[in-house]
Amino acid sequence: MTIGIVVFPGSNCDRDMRWALEGCLGLPTRFLWHEERDLDGVAAVVLPGGFSYGDYLRCGAIARFAPVLDAVRTFADAGGPVLGICNGFQVLTEIGLLPGALTRNRGLHFLCEPADLLVSPGPCQWLEAYGDGERISLPIAHGEGRYQVEPEELERLEQQGQVVLRYAGNPNGSLGDVAGLCNAAGNVLGLMPHPERACDAALGGIDGRRLLASLGA
Amino acid sequence: MPEVPVPLFHARVQVSLRPSVLDPAGEATRAAAARLGVEGIQRLRIGKAIEVALEAPDRATAQQRLELLSDRLLANPVIEDWSLDLADAG
Repeated sequence: MTIGIVVFPGSNCDRDMRWALEGCLGLPTRFLWHEERDLDGVAAVVLPGGFSYGDYLRCGAIARFAPVLDAVRTFADAGGPVLGICNGFQVLTEIGLLPGALTRNRGLHFLCEPADLLVSPGPCQWLEAYGDGERISLPIAHGEGRYQVEPEELERLEQQGQVVLRYAGNPNGSLGDVAGLCNAAGNVLGLMPHPERACDAALGGIDGRRLLASLGA
Repeated sequence: MPEVPVPLFHARVQVSLRPSVLDPAGEATRAAAARLGVEGIQRLRIGKAIEVALEAPDRATAQQRLELLSDRLLANPVIEDWSLDLADAG
């Protein structure tokens, strides 16, 4: 079972993701170039962090038209596991697989620091290995991670248990303290924090390991 | 027979953050305006303007294409509003 990692021009966490999956967890990966149209039988797809297409216009806006994303959308609609991290989360909102949008951080700063998070796994298959209410720490690294959505939509997401990761200290002003969201079916997860940077104890923490390891389970 | 030239339309699409969306960059700029000594600014919101030159057989077609462009690409309706200013073909 191979995990596909999408590579856009401007992705910069694709190799970190490969290291985390292969080097730390022993899970095989394959890079999927943005112009590919066939996912070639991968078991899951990761949209990594970075600055796809330079984040021109809006974060994730140009990536929406990448040929590979048609295949990713079909894969997700059929129940295939899709994970979008940081810029990948922004792309998932732009293509409509997750609601809302990510906007400029409240304090304008690019935030690069560990963030304490509260997990509510709900229907999310990526978070099955975490306890309800469990507190974990993952690094964040973004300038535009403030989650924005209409209040009624946020309430609906809360009620359906789709707000699966919340900031304990809300560093960027996200509405509802949202750090990560899943779709109603539970197979698509988008989050601003970087689980792939928390898979090796030498880097200060391994709270991201179980999230990525859920693919090998 | 001489070729009939396709009209060229010039348009300007204004994209602005919806009123409910926080604009920290606008706030920072407003603070800088006060330090410059410009007083009385009650509101300062930052958006973008996109200039487009578009060939189309007629004005209605140009309008239609620009609306699609604005709504589906230039603005994200979740956080942004847009308006379109289409000049006559020149």
